[in-house]
Amino acid sequence: MAFFIEVLVGGLLAGLMYSLVALGFVLIFKASGIFNFAQAAMVLFAAMFIAGMSGEWGVPLWLAIPITIVLMIGVAWVVERVVLRPLVNQEPIVMFMSTIGIFFCLIGIAEIFWGSSSRTLDVGIPRDPIFVGNMLFQTYDLVAGGIAVVLVLLLAAFAQWTRMGRVLRAVADDHQAAQAVGIRLSTVWVVVWSIAGFVAVVAGVVWGGNLGVQPVMVDVAFKALPVLLLGGLTSIPGAIVAGLIIGGGEALAEVYLGPIIGGGIQDWFAYMIAMAFMVYRPEGMFGEKIIERI
Amino acid sequence: MIYRESGQFKTTYAADQAMLPILQDKIFVLAVIALAVALPFLVSNYVIQALLLPFLIYSLAAIGLNILVGYCGQISLGTGGFMAVGAFAAWNILTRMPEMPILVGFVLGALCASGAGVLFGLPALRIKGFYLAVTTLAAQFFLVWLLQRPFFVDYSATGVISAQEIQLLGWTVDSGIDKYLFALAVVVIMALVAKNLVRSSTGRKWMAIRDMDVAAEIIGIRPMMTKLKAFAVSSFFVGLAGILWAYLYLGQLEANAFDIYTSFDVLFMVIIGGLGSILGSFLGAAFVVLVPIFLNIVPGWLGLPLDTAMVSYIEVFTFGALIIFFLIVEPHGLARLWTIAKQKLRLWPFPY
Amino acid sequence: MTKSMTRKLAAAGLGLIVGLTGMATAQAQSEEAQYLPSLVYRTGPYAPSGVGFADGFSDYVTLVNERDGGINGVPIELEECETAYSNDRGAECYERLKNRGDGDGATVMAPLSTGITYTLIPRTREDNIVLHTMGYGRADAAYGPVMDWVFMVPTTYWSSTTVTMQHIADQEGGWENLEGKTIVHAFHDSAYGREPLEVLRGYAEEYGFTLEEMAISPPGVEQRSVWTQIRRMQPDWISLFGWGVMNPTAIRTANSMGIDVSKIIGGIYAAQDDAVEPAGSAAEGYKAVTFHGPGSDYPVYDDLQEYVYDPGLAAGDGSQQGKIAYNRGLINAAYIIEAWRQAQQEFGEGEVMGREETKWAWNQLTITEERTEELGMKGLMPPVDVTCRDHEGGGLALIQQWNGESWEQVTDFMEPDMERVFPLYRESALEYAESEGVEVKECD
Repeated sequence: MAFFIEVLVGGLLAGLMYSLVALGFVLIFKASGIFNFAQAAMVLFAAMFIAGMSGEWGVPLWLAIPITIVLMIGVAWVVERVVLRPLVNQEPIVMFMSTIGIFFCLIGIAEIFWGSSSRTLDVGIPRDPIFVGNMLFQTYDLVAGGIAVVLVLLLAAFAQWTRMGRVLRAVADDHQAAQAVGIRLSTVWVVVWSIAGFVAVVAGVVWGGNLGVQPVMVDVAFKALPVLLLGGLTSIPGAIVAGLIIGGGEALAEVYLGPIIGGGIQDWFAYMIAMAFMVYRPEGMFGEKIIERI
Repeated sequence: MIYRESGQFKTTYAADQAMLPILQDKIFVLAVIALAVALPFLVSNYVIQALLLPFLIYSLAAIGLNILVGYCGQISLGTGGFMAVGAFAAWNILTRMPEMPILVGFVLGALCASGAGVLFGLPALRIKGFYLAVTTLAAQFFLVWLLQRPFFVDYSATGVISAQEIQLLGWTVDSGIDKYLFALAVVVIMALVAKNLVRSSTGRKWMAIRDMDVAAEIIGIRPMMTKLKAFAVSSFFVGLAGILWAYLYLGQLEANAFDIYTSFDVLFMVIIGGLGSILGSFLGAAFVVLVPIFLNIVPGWLGLPLDTAMVSYIEVFTFGALIIFFLIVEPHGLARLWTIAKQKLRLWPFPY
Repeated sequence: MTKSMTRKLAAAGLGLIVGLTGMATAQAQSEEAQYLPSLVYRTGPYAPSGVGFADGFSDYVTLVNERDGGINGVPIELEECETAYSNDRGAECYERLKNRGDGDGATVMAPLSTGITYTLIPRTREDNIVLHTMGYGRADAAYGPVMDWVFMVPTTYWSSTTVTMQHIADQEGGWENLEGKTIVHAFHDSAYGREPLEVLRGYAEEYGFTLEEMAISPPGVEQRSVWTQIRRMQPDWISLFGWGVMNPTAIRTANSMGIDVSKIIGGIYAAQDDAVEPAGSAAEGYKAVTFHGPGSDYPVYDDLQEYVYDPGLAAGDGSQQGKIAYNRGLINAAYIIEAWRQAQQEFGEGEVMGREETKWAWNQLTITEERTEELGMKGLMPPVDVTCRDHEGGGLALIQQWNGESWEQVTDFMEPDMERVFPLYRESALEYAESEGVEVKECD
């Protein structure tokens, strides 16, 4: 039993770390209907700039992180100007493709600046194991999970209680109506992409501390996608709940099912969980119901 | 002046529905095919082996995916997995039944890919759009995992297996030119099949489903059959491309060679080339296969004093920038540019 | 038609035109040089392991050119090609580079990736080019009579695994003490990770320990559940065959679960700095098997300082010097250059060696310990003795340990258990020969 709990809790905490990456996808999809493939590259981009600035230029972390956040706002602005504005009103798949273009551009820029060797990034999150009876949990995971939950609460509060939050919700509900009441869409895009950039910075710090900062970080996206799917592309709390389910589910599958059918199954198993649920509810757990009219 | 259909009268329905109704188009396509056949004797082995061969094989995969994404509107990211199924199925069939003619083995292999496509296409009946795209990643990850089980590599100690030699009617396909011609034959035949398929009633049903599946259902198109047929046909093409990739290009089979990035590459080709266009599949494949290599070589020609690493970083950046550039220039893909060019040519030299 | 449409078309056409004009230009050369293509990966998901190797390879070639004026006066022309560790880019690079340069063009290739190696084996056979796969690639190529154009100098996955096992036995105080112990093999779920399984299974059967096989799905960014399971097995030793980001994640996860990392012994591709550096202090005490000495305390580094680093000729940003991957690049270049030197002794000094000559030299490549000392690389590069039968040339390997700052050598070069692996090479190679129709050479 202790072993079961240990595996489960480890999985749940890992799942929260996937939620961190999934959140960025949700923000942009919710506000603009764009499936932003570049989110993974934004995580890498942020992590490389933080690790690069602190490692190579000796910028202290408390300064490097705010600088990177400003940089991400700059990226959001450039993306809006150069990519989103000329492509306004195109089909979703074209927008998706354009974010793949952004994906390559961001990786290219980060590598031109910092090269592709791996760097360490340590923001001082403690790593001591915690023993509860015979069970072992890790402080790092608990802290990272806590960060994910706090981030979601912050975003929810932002959407609920600030003026800009209400604007974002208005745009998410109906673009044209929002424009009609005088909301400037271009500003909204920059804000949304900036927030997604901020989420990427947080995800980059947490994952960078976990993996080391290196190009393979973009593959974390493939762990986040089933979370995104299960939670629903438009739901911020959904990302957290789905993260817990996917994380716990894949860990249990790896431990209890893996030895029977050959091990190494957790990657595809996460997708299977998501797929099985989607057949039941095609827009994910908390996604907005898709209503089709002719 | 030179490209004009005036004076070309159609007197039968058959002539009116021909694949290339305009004489100039017909001549052009035949010329391209003739050039493609003659090409290996004109260019270096490098161009054949490293540029043309992967271009042809990826074109085939892109045609397959275009049927699914461009014509039937179902976005799939499982292409790599289906390619792997095709290749591994063909290899296993040919290894376990050595007396099987190699072409039959290939077709059976591609049919296995078809089967896998149908199986993973089932959720498409309920799941749509990007939700479906991400769901198909399940196929990608699962299939690549599955094919690494020892059974599928015939318990080979290293897990990497070499492809059998292709022999048909006493012709051994081993030199670069042979491989190219073999791939060319397969691709031309399959492209013709695809072109005719999308003009047929099946193709029109796919497009109806793509444009509005609820409406299509109401006018009597069965979504299940139509979507699954698209998955089956698409995966057949893709599986065949996987077989050619393993047998002609790499000469070996390794499930990891068909990873998630292969799936993405093929999807790029379809989108950049043009959704719902067979020609676009070729143009997209050319873009994705050749542009990175080109970008990698250019600094050397220009004599820029950059090290390999910097060249690669710039290559990644430029590739991304070019994608964005082409999307802004023409969101409907390169094939659309081609159509525009033809329209202009009809009026040339006196446009109004 | 509108004007903007014209502009669109013009823009689209521009790329094409630039491409075509570029095709026409060719590269010019002045003097006869020995051409050395280098397939490297400085980008892509595995770049952290590739950058160091590429720098070391290039720096050694620069050193020979600058210090000695090449091999007996024949300068070496190095050309890099970026593969990003992908099979198709690797094949493209091979085709692009193989006929460049003077004389026969490329005579030897080091593809630096197991996947690319498999793709190139039939191609290099056809082109009569030597394929040097240092540690990676197809282990059974070590059986010379079948693949007479492929060389595994100085070791293979299988041989190095026997060295790992020897070390474990030494630590346990003898083979007989292995009985009843548990050894876990945690591996990259791919052909590469499964390589040592057969060897390990043989040991498990013979000495009566339990072998647990734990697959980790690549790329391996999340391994909690795997290591929770391993912890429960209470293993005495763990063999880790990861790749890329999988290694540091494995070490860190193991450490945080309270597994003693000094009981983990990495395979030769879990032995680089990118395996331990991102793991930080968690990796302290981690061991790995490798086929060369660690660190930069060798006379050759003085020469590198004088002829390469100080004049500013070093490849890359210099951050890789003295690292494991860098040392591997150095010795890989050294083996290739020594082979050419021996070819020149036979076929004429000061000449550019062709493919036949190079292949002959590799088939008899002998580098004694004295020779490694002359090269200033004693202890860095293992001596080798390639014969017609043995294309591994001895298979020496050693165990190193990470002390938190740098790698420390904990054993001398150890001989692998050839009696165990050689029959495996032969069996597997003969199978290959049969399926590919390769003629098996007679060796006396």
